[in-house]
Amino acid sequence: MRFKKALGLAFAAASMTAAAAPAMARDTIQIAGSSTVLPYASIVAEQFGNAFQFKTPVVGSGGSSGGLRQFCQGVGENTIDIANASRPIKSSEIESCGKAGVKQILEVRFGYDGIVFASNASKGTFKLKPEYVYKAIAAEVPKDGKMVSNPYTNWSQIDKSLPDQEIVLVIPASNHGTREVFEEKVVEEGCTAKDEDACLQFRQDGRVIEISGDYTETLARLQAQADAVGVFGLGFYEQNRDRLKVATIDGVTPSLETIGSGEYPVSRPLFFYVKGEHIGSIPGIEEYVQFFLSEDVSGFGSQLEEAGLIPLNDEEREQAVANFEDRKVVSK
Amino acid sequence: MSSTMDSAADKRDQIQSRVASSLRRRHAKERRFRMFGLAAVMIGLAFVAVLFVSIFSRGLPAFWQSSMTLDVYFNPEILDVGPAPVRQQDESPRDFEQRQQSWRTRLTMANWNKVMQDALIAAKPELEEHRRSLRKLFTNGEKYRLRDMVAEDPSLIGQTHSVKLLADAEVDVWVRGNIDRSLPDSRLQLSPEVRRIADQLHDEGILKVAFSTVLFTNPDSRSSPASAGLAGAFMGSLFMMMVVICLAVPVGVASAIYLEEFAPQNKFVDLIEVNINNLAAVPSIVFGLLGASIFINYLRLPLSAPLVGGLVLSLMTLPTVIITTRSALKAVPPSIRQAALALGASRVQTVFQQVLPLAVPGILTGSIIGIAQALGETAPLLLIGMNAFVANIPATPFEQSTALPVQIYLWQGNEMRNFFEARTSAAIIVLVLLMITLNALAIWLRKKFETRW
Repeated sequence: MRFKKALGLAFAAASMTAAAAPAMARDTIQIAGSSTVLPYASIVAEQFGNAFQFKTPVVGSGGSSGGLRQFCQGVGENTIDIANASRPIKSSEIESCGKAGVKQILEVRFGYDGIVFASNASKGTFKLKPEYVYKAIAAEVPKDGKMVSNPYTNWSQIDKSLPDQEIVLVIPASNHGTREVFEEKVVEEGCTAKDEDACLQFRQDGRVIEISGDYTETLARLQAQADAVGVFGLGFYEQNRDRLKVATIDGVTPSLETIGSGEYPVSRPLFFYVKGEHIGSIPGIEEYVQFFLSEDVSGFGSQLEEAGLIPLNDEEREQAVANFEDRKVVSK
Repeated sequence: MSSTMDSAADKRDQIQSRVASSLRRRHAKERRFRMFGLAAVMIGLAFVAVLFVSIFSRGLPAFWQSSMTLDVYFNPEILDVGPAPVRQQDESPRDFEQRQQSWRTRLTMANWNKVMQDALIAAKPELEEHRRSLRKLFTNGEKYRLRDMVAEDPSLIGQTHSVKLLADAEVDVWVRGNIDRSLPDSRLQLSPEVRRIADQLHDEGILKVAFSTVLFTNPDSRSSPASAGLAGAFMGSLFMMMVVICLAVPVGVASAIYLEEFAPQNKFVDLIEVNINNLAAVPSIVFGLLGASIFINYLRLPLSAPLVGGLVLSLMTLPTVIITTRSALKAVPPSIRQAALALGASRVQTVFQQVLPLAVPGILTGSIIGIAQALGETAPLLLIGMNAFVANIPATPFEQSTALPVQIYLWQGNEMRNFFEARTSAAIIVLVLLMITLNALAIWLRKKFETRW
């Protein structure tokens, strides 16, 4: 029912915007940005194209930073309308947007994403703690009050409960928004060094592998090096449960429930940013956002949830819709 | 006397034995070289064979897909949308369009899942009690396909039609055993009930793995992975190749003719030549950066458009076309030119009536190889936004699109590994077959028009 209402509303809005003569010739919404958001945005785009008379929006990747850079290039037909991001926009980005004439940046938070550690399904089970991950990844760890170069080569040396497996960690490279969350919520959380700068100095002896491509690349690494532990998005892990075994963190198994409730510690909100200047001139933007935020599209039981998105709760959803309806612009 | 004869004979013997031993050495050297050459070719062939066997064995199954051919009853009670609007005489076109749109919206919102479930239950009544699980059997896009059928022909409502409905991608993976079937429930995607129903339907022949044209007729899809196809990427590649043929070939051939036949010999022309040879060796990604900054940021052409892709690939192909055309022109013996000039032809006449026709096979070969190279190029397209997810089939070169090699890249990164691994290889097969066709065409043209001197 709610879906029908959303659709009806959007339909009414559509016929109204159709009446206003379009100032720009492009009739397809153009989206780019985070590769974490890409699968969700593509599914919504496709459903949107199927349900409405609008053309199916085009969804590009390029990472959160890449998408926001494109977004801030200016106003006009050859710039994108919506930037997907797996982190909030930075004030430097708002500034550069402003310089290019993009003043109405509308932030839409549409759900959460969990970050999980997973290993090859044929290998041991990991019960991780942030501290263990820090000890496995750091270049230097404190020992007897002094910083010594990381002596651990095997997980069982860090803690007896961990499997007797060589330490190899496959982590996202810094072009991914996931890297930031991994550093902030796992490594820094588990860091035992006094000097905070030492926390994010990772070892250089080949035991930490940075992946700048997709999660499929991380998965391929895990299949080639069976001992390795990789960092994935929850959605990707869910789709590949037959090949991967997920690690618990502080005893909590990542799932839609534990991430939604905040019990599982490593999660982050997902966003997209709408260029307010384009609403009304590129057809369908408003309807797309309304459609995206409707319960049937991104709520519990939706296809997005099946794809691994952790939906907003009712209150958050109402807030997100209200913010967009009021055209609340992000400020620095 | 005899001693001199002896010494002469000795000398001859010596020479003979030296020749004989060096001959042996030379023959051995030749044998070694031949062996190395043959070994090199064999190693190359072995790699190609391994590549082809692995791609074909993985990709060919993707052309067959799980589907159910069911008698779908377009139940008027479920599809309660009224008759399709007919244009009234006193109605303005806009009012009519609005009425039509609202009819289509009602049609979209009808419960198509129920229509499909009913069709399956009609074929197998005992499934009635598992109605909830049946939704999982069909891929998401099929309801829109049924809707489009009705939108095109509203008289279908109330009728029964046999329709081939695609099964969900996970069901396809399960039925064909692309996932380890002995895994515990927690590591499988489908619920035990759906798996049991799928197996049952498969055993009874309702769910069949049959050849499917989906790969050729559909654009990419993420909300309905089983209906993802190559049609959008294929059209995108086709438009790009058209741009390359219209731009790179004429411009390249014209510059080559000028440089080879008319340009004066001076430092400036030498500089141009050096630059062209250098450009041919520039990595393709550089052309992508150039294209992004000139065509998109400066000339404000649309993002993700095959037009821009074609322009970038034209720049990349241009040096290849110029170089091959020049060598084709060089291969025409000077005597032809001299004879034409001696008979009083002008230089333009000589070039266009005598030299060029003889060089055509070489030029065609070079151009086709250049185009084939452009067809397989991926890197520059990533920088002009052609790696976006596009669910439409482009109708013009200005509409957003992907290209075949980019589609391979995108499917390779799809999170549904069990399903898209085969799809990726299938896309590679299509691309490789296109390449082989183009190269075969180049060889055929060369053989057909070749002139021997």
